[in-house]
Amino acid sequence: MNWSKLELRKARTPGVLLIFLILLATLTLYASPYTVIFVTSIFMYIILTVSWVIFSGPTGYISFAPAAFFGVGIYTSAILGTELPLPIVILTGGVISFILALFVGALTLRLKGVYFTIFTLGLVELSKHLLLWYEIKFTGTRGRFVVLVDNTTIYYILFIILVLLLLTSYLIRRSKYGLALRSIGESEEASAHTGVNVNLLKTFTFALSAVFMGATGAIMATRWTYVDPYIAFNLQYSFMPVLMSIFGGMGQLYGPVLGAVIFTMLEEKLITEFPYYYMLTIGLILLIVIIYLPDGLVGLIQKWQNRSPEKQHVTP
Amino acid sequence: MLELCDVCTSCDATQALWDVCLQVHESEIVALIGSNGAGKTALLDAISGVTPPESGTIEFLGKRIDGLPPHTIVELGLSHVPEGGKVFPDMTVHENLEMGAYSLRAWNKKEETFVQVYKIFPILEERTGQLARTLSGGERQMLAIGRGLMSRPKLCMLDEPSYGLAPLMVEEIFRVIQELRAQGITILLIEQNVRYSLETADRAYVMENGRICMEGASNDLLESDFVRQAFLGL
Amino acid sequence: MSLLEGIGVTKYFGGLAAVSQVDFKIPKGKVVGLIGPNGAGKTTLFNLVSGVLIPKSGTINFKTENITGMQSYRICRKGVARTFQSVNVFGNMPVVENVLLGAIFGNSNPSSEKEAAEEAMNLLEFVGLSEMRSVPTQSLTLGDKKRLEVARALATKPELLLLDELMAGLNHTELTETMELVNKIRDRGITIFMIEHVMRVIMSICDRIIVLHHGEKIAEGTPKSIAANKTVIKAYLGE
Repeated sequence: MNWSKLELRKARTPGVLLIFLILLATLTLYASPYTVIFVTSIFMYIILTVSWVIFSGPTGYISFAPAAFFGVGIYTSAILGTELPLPIVILTGGVISFILALFVGALTLRLKGVYFTIFTLGLVELSKHLLLWYEIKFTGTRGRFVVLVDNTTIYYILFIILVLLLLTSYLIRRSKYGLALRSIGESEEASAHTGVNVNLLKTFTFALSAVFMGATGAIMATRWTYVDPYIAFNLQYSFMPVLMSIFGGMGQLYGPVLGAVIFTMLEEKLITEFPYYYMLTIGLILLIVIIYLPDGLVGLIQKWQNRSPEKQHVTP
Repeated sequence: MLELCDVCTSCDATQALWDVCLQVHESEIVALIGSNGAGKTALLDAISGVTPPESGTIEFLGKRIDGLPPHTIVELGLSHVPEGGKVFPDMTVHENLEMGAYSLRAWNKKEETFVQVYKIFPILEERTGQLARTLSGGERQMLAIGRGLMSRPKLCMLDEPSYGLAPLMVEEIFRVIQELRAQGITILLIEQNVRYSLETADRAYVMENGRICMEGASNDLLESDFVRQAFLGL
Repeated sequence: MSLLEGIGVTKYFGGLAAVSQVDFKIPKGKVVGLIGPNGAGKTTLFNLVSGVLIPKSGTINFKTENITGMQSYRICRKGVARTFQSVNVFGNMPVVENVLLGAIFGNSNPSSEKEAAEEAMNLLEFVGLSEMRSVPTQSLTLGDKKRLEVARALATKPELLLLDELMAGLNHTELTETMELVNKIRDRGITIFMIEHVMRVIMSICDRIIVLHHGEKIAEGTPKSIAANKTVIKAYLGE
């Protein structure tokens, strides 16, 4: 293992990271409103992607539930936004998502991989239609207005959520729970026999990832100002994190971040240049990534870092 | 019948086989022995087309087969039963065996072959409707071998057929191998059970670190100091 | 004193009795062998003990505590560890992390992460895999993977170790080494219950042998008595 090269890079990284963080923290002071809004969108996608990877990455349980938890957060804002101060609303969005995820997780994480995935897909649809029925029957209207919040506040709140999330993700990865999660992904039976409380860990991690999604939904709702169940529970917010994670690669923490950033910027560029064909182009790019870069950008970067691949000969 | 010349293969940037030369003649039983990691499985994978060789040639019945896809090689009459008793877990015993007869030349005769295979492994007949996943380890091993036989091979390569089998079954397997030869099937055999395999086989090759380091009549090898020390603990 | 005790353990798969009214006692400090023809129910019995399966009827007691149907991770923390017939190691992790996992999660009194790391290294040395500690596990040979599985099991500080066909697929030299390893484990005071087909191993290591056939216990006793037992010879041993 060529540690010295990698270690040098790792030593430089905290410094670079810090500078980057400071630049981001002060963005609203020097950037145009368009940029601030654009970066806010990027933050949203990074949060959805990284929180998705916290659970689905190591365990291999592909979840399409982010849209459900995101939508729960949106509706928390819509319903409580006028009653409670903003920070409480956001926290509540996170907590309700947590509880929902605990409930769903406890029920469905015992299902074999594919069934779990389909159930989470169904969860989004179920939430949407349940809420629609409720709104029409009891509230009389289909949609709701959400309190208005200025873009700078939105930016900073998302920034804080993002930093907390990255910290959480980093700590989990490095901790014994990260190890346990990866072992669950390899063999749940062996993991349980090694003393890992598999069901508890799976359910709790799933719920933890939902907190960030819910909180983000709560704050993003204030940007859109008008929401209805179709806007709130949109499967796009489930598919995008998955695609971005594949694109960026899940092996390292920066993978999903990179994936989300590049993907969002790519999409933005393509929408403006090819408003009718951008989805096609994205599809093609994804195809290429899946065929040639199965480990995503992370895989590409790692290959480039280990640039001396001699064939190892079996020593006679 | 089967001839390898200077075959080299790699697996994930690590070279697995180095200039391997090997022959199997018709109606022979040839054993391949060596410690774990010596490259025996890699050799079978090269022959059956799973890992095409990077250099060297493999000929079967006078025809070049290196580089051909595995299913074509099976069609030519060369079957490979990989180690580990791998079966199709969600298919029944019967369906697993049926899959073995997938090739064109075997399909039309499969009823006949079923009878033969069930005669060799009566316990498979007992469990014919059961899902393969519910079989025990040893039973799965028998099923895997049975499936290999369903393709009506002229040459059958067995990778650790006695793995995980009870002593009585181990004797049975080696008896079966001899019976298969009597029925006209040539056998190439990898085995950890060196004593049994050398007693059953006509000739044997010893592999180490991806190379053939010894070859000869199995009786001679049984007598050789190297084999006795390395594999028989004598 | 019986470390592990099974009373009337029964398990059905559909209409088939995989294990039927099996009684067994594993005395503390001994090595007990479990043999029988393929399909006799040996691994099923292990699965019932380690919590993979729940028996239809019967009780399983570990140190007089009823562990029947308990979840695997709890049984592990109580002091029962096992290896698997199809070697079940974590392939995408480096070797040492497999053992580390056991050291961290496998005990009811968890050690600090630093202590766990030390224990992991010690165990790797114990089984002879110290040099492989950073190697990705999937590239190990079968024999090494089996030793790794043993190390991981030992990391959970078991009092009882269930070994499922540890010796299968090993050549002569590896067999001798692995038998030595089993003896070393026994010398550490760990009770061993082992499924095996390799007679040489069973006869020389085991204090007692239990024989299963078609899910039922057909014989039990010392290696000598089992080797002479006509029923066992007919069903299983041959000559």
